[in-house]
Order: sequence, then C-alpha cells, then structure tokens
Amino acid sequence: MALLQLDKATIRFGGLTAVSELDLAIGNTDLIGLIGPNGAGKTTAFNLITGVYQPTSGQISFNGQSIVGSKPYLITARGIARTFQNIRLFASLSVFDNVRAVFHLHLRGDVRHALWRGRGYHEEEASIANRVIELLEIFQLAKYRDEPAKSLSYGDQRRLEIVRALAAQPKLLLLDEPAAGMNATEKVELTRLIRFIRDKFQISILLVEHDMQLVMGICERIAVLDYGVKIAEGTPDEVRRNPKVIAAYLGE
Amino acid sequence: MNLNLRHAKTGLLGALALCFLVTLFSKFINPYWLYILYDIGINIILAVSLNLINGYTGQFSLGHAGFMAVGAYTAGVITNQFGQLNAFASGGVFLGALLAGGLMAAVAGLLVGIPTLRLKGDYLAIVTLGFGEIIRVILQNVDSVGGARGYSVMHGWTNFFWTFGLAAVTVYVIASLVNSTYGRGFIAVHDDEIAAEAMGINTTKYKVSAFVIGAFFAGIAGGLYAHSKQYITPGGFGFMQSIAFVVMVILGGMGNTVGVILAAILLTLLPEGLRFLAGVQQIPGVAKMYPLSWVGDTRMIIYSLLLIVLMLTRPQGLFAFKKRQR
Amino acid sequence: MTELLQQLINGLALGSILALIALGYTMVYGILRFINFAHGDVFMLGAFAGFYLAPKIATFVPLPSVAGALIIFGLSMVICAALGVLIERLAYKPLRKRPKLTVLITAIGVSLFLEYAGQFFFGASNKKFPDILPTWPVTKVLSLSVNSNQLIVLAVTLLLLLGLRFIVMKTRMGRAMRAVSFNPEAAALMGVNTDVVISFTFALGSALAAAAGILYAINYPSIDPLMGIMPGLKAFVAAVLGGIGNLPGAALGGIIIGVTETLVSGYISSTYRDAIAFAILIVILLVKPSGLLGKKEVEKV
Repeated sequence: MALLQLDKATIRFGGLTAVSELDLAIGNTDLIGLIGPNGAGKTTAFNLITGVYQPTSGQISFNGQSIVGSKPYLITARGIARTFQNIRLFASLSVFDNVRAVFHLHLRGDVRHALWRGRGYHEEEASIANRVIELLEIFQLAKYRDEPAKSLSYGDQRRLEIVRALAAQPKLLLLDEPAAGMNATEKVELTRLIRFIRDKFQISILLVEHDMQLVMGICERIAVLDYGVKIAEGTPDEVRRNPKVIAAYLGE
Repeated sequence: MNLNLRHAKTGLLGALALCFLVTLFSKFINPYWLYILYDIGINIILAVSLNLINGYTGQFSLGHAGFMAVGAYTAGVITNQFGQLNAFASGGVFLGALLAGGLMAAVAGLLVGIPTLRLKGDYLAIVTLGFGEIIRVILQNVDSVGGARGYSVMHGWTNFFWTFGLAAVTVYVIASLVNSTYGRGFIAVHDDEIAAEAMGINTTKYKVSAFVIGAFFAGIAGGLYAHSKQYITPGGFGFMQSIAFVVMVILGGMGNTVGVILAAILLTLLPEGLRFLAGVQQIPGVAKMYPLSWVGDTRMIIYSLLLIVLMLTRPQGLFAFKKRQR
Repeated sequence: MTELLQQLINGLALGSILALIALGYTMVYGILRFINFAHGDVFMLGAFAGFYLAPKIATFVPLPSVAGALIIFGLSMVICAALGVLIERLAYKPLRKRPKLTVLITAIGVSLFLEYAGQFFFGASNKKFPDILPTWPVTKVLSLSVNSNQLIVLAVTLLLLLGLRFIVMKTRMGRAMRAVSFNPEAAALMGVNTDVVISFTFALGSALAAAAGILYAINYPSIDPLMGIMPGLKAFVAAVLGGIGNLPGAALGGIIIGVTETLVSGYISSTYRDAIAFAILIVILLVKPSGLLGKKEVEKV
C-alpha cells in the first residue's frame, strides 16, 4: 500500500482548474519528483497534500486514511512535513528555536509542566535540546545555533528549513523548489543532501523542482504536470524521452 | 534582554517573601507613594499580560482595558458581599475574588479571541477596540453596579503583597510559558502563521490561548485596581486606557518582558514626574523665575509626541537593546 | 409610522456625515492599506476651523447667510486638506516601508496629539457652534418635522459625493489614484508619481472630513476637541461594512450605520447607541469580512 495516495485530486479556483484529476502514489522511502513548467500546478498540488487547500473533488489518503478536510497542523502531526518555495522560517527566533518549536509535537507533558518547571520538565527540555543540536550538527548548522534565523545565508536558510521539517519526524517530506536560487556547487551539495536524508531518516521525499538536471539526477520516478494535468510519469529516462513532456517544456 | 529562568521558581518564592516583608513595613511608606507603587504593580500585570497577546503572539489587541473592567467589576461585586473580616479571612476572600475576576475576564477573552481569529493587524485592532467598547457600554447599562455613575468597592484590600506578589506571578507564568518548547509556538505564530501551521502548530489554539491567558491576568489587575481605588466607573476602562497599555508594550519592545516591565514603571511615573515639574517655580541655581506650570497642561501633548517620535526613530522599542535571541 | 419616518430622516442626516468621514478612511486604506486613526480628529479640526473662521468672516459677510456659510465651508476644507497632507508627510511618509503596525501606532499617536493639542489650544470644554446658515422653518409634511439643516446635510453630502465621483472617475488624478490603489508598484513603473497621489488622497479625504465636521456642528451645535473619536470609529466601521477601499461602499456603510444607530436609540435604548456600530462590525467581519461591496483578498502560499 502506498504511503501517500492521490486519487483524481482536483481543485478549481473559480473557473480555473489548477490541478485536474491528479493520481499519484508514493511508497515508503520513495524519492519522487514533481516537475512541470511555470504555473503547472506543482505548488498547488503541495498545498492540497498539506491541507492548505481543500480539493474540490477527489481523494487524498496518507497511511491508508483520508486526510481530506484535515487542518494543515494535523496533517503535519500525522507525518507530512514541508518546506516552502519562498523560505518561511520563523524570522525572529534563533536557529535553535526554529527547530525546537517543532518539537512541541513530541512533548509528553503539557503546559502545566512548563509552568511548574519541575524535574520532569527540565529533563524533557534537556532531551529536546540534545535532539535539536543533534539534528543541527548533521546539517552543519550547530555553529549558528544562537543566531537569528534571518541572519543566515540563503543556502543555510534553505537547509534550516529542511531541518525544521525533519524535526516533525515526518514519514513524507515535501520539498518545494529547494534548489531555487542556488549556484551549481550548492546544487551538487543539495543532491547529496537529499539522498542522505532519505537514507538516514528512512523517509519518502516528494520534490518539486525546476532544475531538470537535479531532478533527473536523484529521483527514481518523476511525474510531470502541465496546466494542472499529469501528462507523464515514469523513470527519468522515460520522462526525458516522452514527446508530451518535450512539447510542454519547449512550448509547442 | 531576557530573564534568566534557570532558578525561576526560587526567584518567584523569593519575590513573594520580599513582597510580604515590604507589606509589613508599608505603613512607614508615604501613602501617596504607596498608591503610586500599587499603580506600578497593576500596570506591570497589564502590560506583561498584553505583551503575550501583542508582543509574543503578534496579535494586536486594543481592548485590554475591557478585560480589566470585567475583572474589576466581578471582584468588586464579590467582595462587597462581605462585611468586615479579619486579616486572614479577608485575604482568602480577596484572593478568591481576584481569581473569579480573572476567570470572568478569561471567558471574555475567549469570546473575543474566537471571532477575531481570521483577522490580522489593523482589523484585529479595531475589532478588539470594539469589543472593549461593548463591554464598557454594557457595564454602563447595568444598574445594579451603578451604570455610568460608577460603583463603590467597600474594601481597600489591595496592598503591596497582593499587587507585587501577583505581578511576580504574572511575570513568572508568562516568561515560563513563552520560554518553553510549547511556548515557542506563540512566537512561531507571530513570525509566520502559515509556516507555523505547516510545522504542526495549531495556530488557532495558540492565538485563543494568548487572548485567554492575557485576559485572565488583565482581570486580576482589574480586581487589584478596584480594591485600590475603591471606586470604579465604566468610563475609566475606555479605549484610551487600552491604548496606554499598548504604548507600554511598544515602548518596552514587543515580546521583551523586562523591557515591558521597565516601560510600565516609567509610564506610570511619567505623569507624576510631569506633575511635579509643573509645580516648580524656579530652576535651582537660576536666579530668574521660570514657572513650569505649562508642563501640566502640555504633558499629554508631550506624551503623544513622544509616541510618534518613538515610532519614527525606534519602532523596536526603547528597551530593545539586542535582537531577540534565545 | 410618522415616528419611524422621523427617525429615518434623523438617521439619514447622521449617516450622511458618517459617510463623508468614511470616504476618507476608505480612500487612504485603498491606497496605503492602513487605517488612518487620526482621520476622526481631522473631522474635529474641520468643525473648529469653522468655529474660529465664523467671527472673522462675519466682519465682511453678514452671518448667518448662504454666502458666508459657503466661504466657511470652502476655507475649512482647504485648511484641513493642507493639514491632512502635512500629517501624511511628517508622520506617515517616513514609515511607508515599515510594518503596518508601526504605522497604525503612529496614527494613534497623531490622533492623541490632535486631541490633546486641541484641548490645550481650544480648551477642553464644549463650545457652541455659531449659526452660520439661516434656518427656515420647513413645512410639516405629513406631520414630520424636518429641520432645514438636515436637508442641507443631505444636499451637501450628495453634491460632495457627486464631486468625488467625478474626480475619481473622470480626472487624470482620479485615474492615477485608482491605478495606485490597484497596484502601487505597477503604477509607479508606469510613471505615476505615487507621492503626489498619496498627498492628493489625504487632501481629498481630509477636505471631506472637514465638510462633515461643519455639517455635524451645524446639526448638533456643540463641539469639543474629543468630538471626533466616536464618529471617527463609527465611520471606520462604515468603511469596513461597505467593503474597505470601495467608495460607494463607504457611503452605503455610513448611511446604514447612521440609520441603525438612530433607530436603536429611538426604539430600544439610547445608552446602547455607541455599541451598535461595533456590534455591526463584529457581525460583518464574521459573516462577510470583505464587506458588502468589497472584493476578497487571499494570501499566497
């Protein structure tokens, strides 16, 4: 059974059908790319999966349960985390706190612990701090732990956003154009990083990306959207040779 | 500037003990100054609790005086049911009345918080202002608490211990809350609601909690205020009052507890200082007479100009020396 | 029935005044996306400008007279227009790129400043507004007593609305205003001088507020430096009710608030009067936040 299953998922805004009858299945530890020309509906598809938008029709299920109608924060709690095309970090929080804020999902105690400040609270906070630092260290961000998130370089902000999403301990990670604005060296590094994340955390990754080379390089399977419709799906080689895809990109 | 919370609970207990000690000697303090001290403590509670809503959570409430009014009237009505009591009983009744006032205000906060969820920035400001005004108008129409004429509160039970003890509790609760992993969610909501929601933070719950907790402490402050002044009118809780609390939060630097406390102290003392200046006839060491009585008439103009200049030059607040880093 | 009609007429007069103030809020919001909290105080300044002008004008044009009233109207509008531009230049313009909250708080500061400065210079007590317009007894139609001043309010409001519509729809400046309101960056790129447009908007809104101030003072002839607070807030509610940024909406909202408020104070209780506008505001924001005639804005993710 697929981890995430989209079944004829459709969303219309007024007269515009942004995503039309999209079928997509993602299995455990899959690394899948979602590509398409500008305005093809890739980010809209992300927003459907994460509950920012509700589908006009069709079904979306995660782990065998429907997530249609769920609030975004509940979907995250179930195990889908994401990054944003235009980085959305918590700008006034430190690098450390950006990640720590997400750990509330895994808190055992509630507010009363925070107010009583007993030993249990301190132990839990200490263990959270350790896990945050561990994550930051994996991504070489620990040295910036007390810097405000907005003071990081662009590439570091992108990485921090990924770390923050991983802190939710997702089973599926959605990356929205992670290579946007990166230079060639950074892209090579990113490719390595995405593979590493999948192998280390044993999760599935769905990647929306403009950079064909990057997508072709790491994804096992690629779905192509054009005007909200899936026009092709297959291995990178199959997609590369598909005349419909070529037409969509070259713009007939 | 941030509170070091490592020994927060010890600090709170110490503060309470100190407040108790000061109270024992408070009869040696000039009553005029004692009442100004009460005002300071009450304003600290109001500003610090509003800071949770406006500063940390990034909402914009202009209705804090309305919550204060709910607490003031509730506590006043409750204690007025009692005659003269001994010190011990009065303390218990007073604490109960203050908590009841806080709870009623929290209910009001819930009623305000839920419908305003969809609103942001200036819309939110104006709607909370509207809620505050509605509370005021309703109080004006309740004859059993005197309507627009006002309501007499029999017992002057507010003292140094209650005022500053509860101020310490307020600071402790709000600082502990926002500094916990759970409480980072408030700031996450402030920074980016969409990202917060995507990170599993129930933004609705956080925003409503901020309103409820903030309103609770405003209600407590209202109860203290009622038993300090012993006479309350609906007009005393108008939106000009709410604006004054907002100014404290802004001056202190939104989301900066220490700064907000300092601002509450400063802004409570400022009118007294200007009043003092207005009485000066001669500047020491200067032979010529320079009566400063004009200060009295222009102090509110100065106050408003300071606010404008502050916004133009230091919108991050007077006491924000360092960027928020925790 | 007569009573109801009577209340409706009173409500229309109040509503027209609110509509004139609401237009200023809505125009500024349309262009700068912020609530000019001090707008209600410009309304107050309009009334005081009339108050102080009246004796000066009376030295060469006898008052009350139509000619004298027109001069007072015109001069007050010009004075307030200039003040509006001045306020924008000094207090708001330096903050144009700052967070909206900073600007809102500054506007609150400006509002407090105008109120306190008003109390200092004009005195805090109520003043009787002089009779600048001759009143004539209006015949009782259907046993309705219609005050001539109420008719003047309706007529002047209508004229000003038509004038505003002409400016916004038919003139170059009006076109520029609409362009900036639609998309400030694009308008600037197309050669629209946004600074001039913003100043003009403030001038226009403030002039209308001044007119409203005098109409108010003619009708309820007691003025004081804090008189702008409540009408200002209610007019803002009117602007939201009609759909903020929408000119006909602001006028409609003003009329609705004015009539509702008058009916409630006439039939239910006058002490609840001040809460009506806010109750309407809360309901409209819950049911249709974009207002009666407004468009919806969505945040892009």
